[in-house]
Amino acid sequence: MLDLSVNIGAMRLKNPIMPASGTFSEDCAKLFDIDALGAHVTKTITRDIRGGNPTPRVCEVRGSMLNSIGIPSKGVDYFKTNVIPFYDQYQTPLVVSISAGSADEFAQICEEVSVPGVAAIEVNISCPNIEADGKAFAMRPSTTEAVMRKLRAATDLPLWAKLTPNTGETTEVAQAAESAGADALVVANTMLSMAIDIHTRKPKLGNLMGGLSGPALKPIALRMVYQCAKAVSIPVIGCGGIATVEDVVEYLIAGASAVQVGTATFISPTVMVRLISELEAFLRTEGLSSVSELIGSIRDEEASDGVFFAEAAE
Amino acid sequence: MTDMTLNPIFETICRVKSNEPINREYRLIVLDAPSHILKCEPGQFFHLLCPTKGDLRPYLRRPMSIYGFYPEAGELHFLYKIAGEGTAALSALEAGENLNVVGPLGHGFDIQDDWQKLMVVARGVGLATLAPLAQKAQQMGRKLTAICSARSPEVLMSIDHFKALGAEVITVTDSEGTSGVEALEQLIEAHIQAEGVDAFYTCGSNRLLTMLQTICARHGIPGQIALEQQMACGVGMCQCCVRSFRRKDKIIHERVCKEGPVFNLQEAMGC
Repeated sequence: MLDLSVNIGAMRLKNPIMPASGTFSEDCAKLFDIDALGAHVTKTITRDIRGGNPTPRVCEVRGSMLNSIGIPSKGVDYFKTNVIPFYDQYQTPLVVSISAGSADEFAQICEEVSVPGVAAIEVNISCPNIEADGKAFAMRPSTTEAVMRKLRAATDLPLWAKLTPNTGETTEVAQAAESAGADALVVANTMLSMAIDIHTRKPKLGNLMGGLSGPALKPIALRMVYQCAKAVSIPVIGCGGIATVEDVVEYLIAGASAVQVGTATFISPTVMVRLISELEAFLRTEGLSSVSELIGSIRDEEASDGVFFAEAAE
Repeated sequence: MTDMTLNPIFETICRVKSNEPINREYRLIVLDAPSHILKCEPGQFFHLLCPTKGDLRPYLRRPMSIYGFYPEAGELHFLYKIAGEGTAALSALEAGENLNVVGPLGHGFDIQDDWQKLMVVARGVGLATLAPLAQKAQQMGRKLTAICSARSPEVLMSIDHFKALGAEVITVTDSEGTSGVEALEQLIEAHIQAEGVDAFYTCGSNRLLTMLQTICARHGIPGQIALEQQMACGVGMCQCCVRSFRRKDKIIHERVCKEGPVFNLQEAMGC
């Protein structure tokens, strides 16, 4: 009997495959059995009702995409009345992604969504902090620690901190989140990018810049997962460019305890269910009995100089 | 279990039966499709995973409105023009190859009970979107008049298709000087006076939208428009494909893929 289950702190997930925030919604239930997933992760919500960014909000680059959606949100009340009851029909744990422009507002929404039906809260600290010139909380260890402390005080639910690749202090930010009480890290969000139409000379996104996601991001997020898994003792959830079972396995070996699949769902909306069965097949082929045998199994004993060099160069 | 209570969506691999040019600009791709994905409404679309072909490597899916769906024959038809990397790759598909499609998606056109006399106004590939409406109108025994606009008579499309579906067809072209807003407005006004119109249907162009909004407001005639926007997911999760609408004195955003692609003509705003 193959064991696909993984532990994220005190939470036990039946398998390590879950959606990345913003690439999953109730609509997915029209396409496949969403109870097959390890967890349900909602699109980020904010306290206030937000319209989002100007269009175009998306463009493609070679083999990947850029987006600048701007977190449109119908607010907390809509979420509690409509979204939580929908996911209550399912056994799979619900992870609510939240965001805010200041640490206090963040703590407030965190408290407001700490209600029955919610299993964990993913805190999108990769979004701009209006108290720090719009720099994302997770760009710096100090702002990460400050916001995570307030979030920790606001809820008893597991807190997953979603980190940004737009930092030169990956391990320090990860450690700051851990010491302030995060129960897990989600590594990572999209990377700030740009694309320009050479004929009109206009940026391809209405908001000028946006987040890169898809296979092009994978090596960067994978490197971050590796660094974070080495630096902290809480679980790391890998996220960035996962499209195939080989990608899933690579993240697990790097140290991820679970993975989030995002952009690949846009290319194939049923990809996550396929990845679950392919992961099972991979374990069988490799003669393994559980996913936990893969987690952090990287053979990097002789690479310590390389790691040191890379971190110094960061 | 999959929530099949309302409008299931399928990701399906279909075999290409044919993929040929139908005139100088447009091509028709015919897919061999299982009947369960062909429970479509006119105006709905599919999200196509255009293939990788040589240097052509489209990444995101491309939304494409349904030109025809035939459950008995097991066929799904799309009419398209090569406009970029996705459609260029699509045009390279040969009979016997596979195409991955997601759909049917979105909300299509309505024909309300008291809408007996329908008028379609469309240009270019927009006619493809409106062709299934003509078929439904015929099935429901409604009278449909289609004003088909194009650059020149050679690239006028789907005229025979609309005629075969019982529609009265009026063609207008740039090269003959009959497709300008003024000429069109006169033509439509004359038609309203002579025969009456209960509802208008259009898609795409800002120019047609503005003109029809004026005409419809003047006569109190309802209308519907199919809109486009860049999409990523196509099913409602990513919020990429929003457009602005005027509703109850407020400007609101709705998703073209989920709330649309067909919207109330008077609420739609150009972009």
